[in-house]
Amino acid sequence: MTMPSHTASAAAPTNRAVDWPGTLRDAGLAAFVALLLTLPLVGLRTIDRPTGLGIEARPDEVIASIVLVFLGRLGLGLIRQNLALPVLVLALACAGVGLVLPMPTQVLRLVLVAGGGIIALRAAITLTTGRSKLSQAERDRRMDRVAVQVQHATKYIAPVAIIGAAILPLTPIADRQILDIGILLLTYIMLGWGLNIVVGLAGLLDLGYVAFYAVGAYSYALLAHYFGLSFWVCLPLAGMLAALSGVLLGFPVLRLRGDYFAIVTLGFGEIIRIILVNWYQFTGGPNGISGIPRPSFFGIADFTRTPTEGMAAFHELFGLEFSSLHRIVFMYYLILALALVVNLFTLRVRKLPLGRAWEALREDEIASASLGINRTNMKLAAFAIAAMFGGFAGSFFATRQGFISPESFTFIESAIILAIVVLGGMGSQIGVVVATLLVIGLPEAFRELADYRMLAFGMGMVVIMLWRPRGLLAHRDPTILLHGGRKPQSAGAAR
Amino acid sequence: MDYFVQQLINGLSLGAIYGLIAIGYTMVYGIIGMINFAHGEIYMIGAFVALITFLAIGALGITWVPLALLLMLAASMLFTSVYGWTVERIAYRPLRSSPRLAPLISAIGMSIFLQNYMQILQGARSKPLQPILPGNLTLMDGAVSVSYVRLATIVLTLLLMVGFTILINRTSLGRAQRACEQDKKMAGLLGVNVDRIISLTFVMGAALAAVAGMMVLLIYGVIDFYIGFLAGVKSFTAAVLGGVGSLPGAMLGGVVIGLIEAFWSGYVGSEWKDVATFTLLVLVLIFRPTGLLGRPEIEKV
Repeated sequence: MTMPSHTASAAAPTNRAVDWPGTLRDAGLAAFVALLLTLPLVGLRTIDRPTGLGIEARPDEVIASIVLVFLGRLGLGLIRQNLALPVLVLALACAGVGLVLPMPTQVLRLVLVAGGGIIALRAAITLTTGRSKLSQAERDRRMDRVAVQVQHATKYIAPVAIIGAAILPLTPIADRQILDIGILLLTYIMLGWGLNIVVGLAGLLDLGYVAFYAVGAYSYALLAHYFGLSFWVCLPLAGMLAALSGVLLGFPVLRLRGDYFAIVTLGFGEIIRIILVNWYQFTGGPNGISGIPRPSFFGIADFTRTPTEGMAAFHELFGLEFSSLHRIVFMYYLILALALVVNLFTLRVRKLPLGRAWEALREDEIASASLGINRTNMKLAAFAIAAMFGGFAGSFFATRQGFISPESFTFIESAIILAIVVLGGMGSQIGVVVATLLVIGLPEAFRELADYRMLAFGMGMVVIMLWRPRGLLAHRDPTILLHGGRKPQSAGAAR
Repeated sequence: MDYFVQQLINGLSLGAIYGLIAIGYTMVYGIIGMINFAHGEIYMIGAFVALITFLAIGALGITWVPLALLLMLAASMLFTSVYGWTVERIAYRPLRSSPRLAPLISAIGMSIFLQNYMQILQGARSKPLQPILPGNLTLMDGAVSVSYVRLATIVLTLLLMVGFTILINRTSLGRAQRACEQDKKMAGLLGVNVDRIISLTFVMGAALAAVAGMMVLLIYGVIDFYIGFLAGVKSFTAAVLGGVGSLPGAMLGGVVIGLIEAFWSGYVGSEWKDVATFTLLVLVLIFRPTGLLGRPEIEKV
């Protein structure tokens, strides 16, 4: 990355001269930085001893990471200088040796396998694309074409995906675990679509979206706890309360510019969480609220084996055999319907004056203001509507979990939802789905890795941003164009 | 009155720490216009490096306290700076010409990564440390007692501020830094190595955050891998409060927030102190959107 001269020489395939001193120096520098990075934190571990904190040296891990960085940097440097084939062979050999032969320590094996594997992959990609390094612009264009194709294909993908999601619980693979993951994914897709209204359409960076999720969840939990109201009464109430809080919070701060707005919304998110923790007489404090009632079948039937007085049992009503899975399936359809409502709303509102005003504000605030768009009202509308959907999702979350506590509404949740929107490509509805599968689905699939999961999650966010700074399926075409939208992209762009 | 003075000094030392972290935010925001979300984690790394250095030199048999403190300070500033540099190099530099949200998301990812990195390496449990610099200074006939650590924090922060102001205002490095803040392209045309200056900005911010981390370790005697988030948010609040891009503003904002927290905890109760801080931030931004010492930004069409 630091050697523009080499990328230039790599463009001409005949030039075979390798700048060994430069490459080695570069790799050496990288290794030195790795030494400084790992020496205190990796090399020395604090351990709890009965007499207090103790310390333990781990020199082998420091050496391993230095060697890894040195060889990795060297490999990348050589790949860039048209030596991809030898590097590929060597890296594969390293990985193979690490896998097959017995090693004195586990660390050495890890170094050989992981390092060799990554470098081999990089070399293989270089060999297949035939170019040592695509420029950023070229890569962007290439990915943009893919994104546009996906946007086009959405017309066909979306119905298939929706039908697939709808018949999933009826298929034999739908056990409890699969449905739980499906519900989780759909919840985040709904939240992502909700936040997309604020971030993707109106262009406001909201770092505290989880606050409205929390308002929705606590609205339902508290209304059910104190007044015994049912889920179906509380769902609209929770949405209204969340929208109200959105207006209350939004009104003073919507005049602020981008980053100030972001940090104030973050502050509001924290304030709501702190209130939930500290107002323990009302909210149960850090212990949260448990025993939140489960939803009934539209107030007609209950999902328990022996329902309370005046309620029919779901399985009796439909003549089915009792199964605890019925409730889960019902929850799954509930969240699927809620998520689709959000999606449908977004797709329709984009064609209305409101949605077009949002897109105009996102592109150029001053220009839209001078065309007579009321900035504050438009932003407030976006904020309140997104908050309402957050509130719906929140009360669904409360009824699904049966237990909520402020722990569930920390900043990291806001960050994850925002990451879904931005990674997917702001404003792209299908992008949210793809990003949710990546961000929530992948870590869920690797649950055994426990601690390393979040480590990889953080690194993954960085890597995706480096690879696709505008998001995986970014597109910012206006939904409606003058003259009937003759541009080819605009046809599928509405999704 | 005694109680007031006691809280005042607590607030000042806390504010000094927030101010030191806030300078890193404000400088980075001033020069590349992004919220360096991982800066709170850099401060956390600083605290951990100081702790590990103390344990390591204890194991080596160095027990003379001044030398130990000096080594802790040097090590934590050095190693933390390398972290600051690396974070910029890996996660922000490739995104310099990208849409504004991309570096922010990358920074949030980096922050999550660093937190979990520390949790995996050093364990999730909080790390206690016995007081290295015990003792109190009693004032006003023993009614007010100020621990030496808090005093040292205030003095050290003042010294660093003086040195830093000289660095920014008088040296060629500082001049180049200010030039890049004004106009990166123009500064580049005039022979300033912009990439290097941006890297150095991150290094300086990280070094100051490391000092803050070490002082927190000394004052409270306990750290864990999660301390970076709240301190980071509050310090960014301090930077916004003082006016983003303004170095004296960052310090002022830090002190204001430190004082509010100390007095709120002292007179009202510690549960709601964070709410007080954020409410103040909102109020300031509504009535004075550029912060206390910030320059008004002219919107160009």
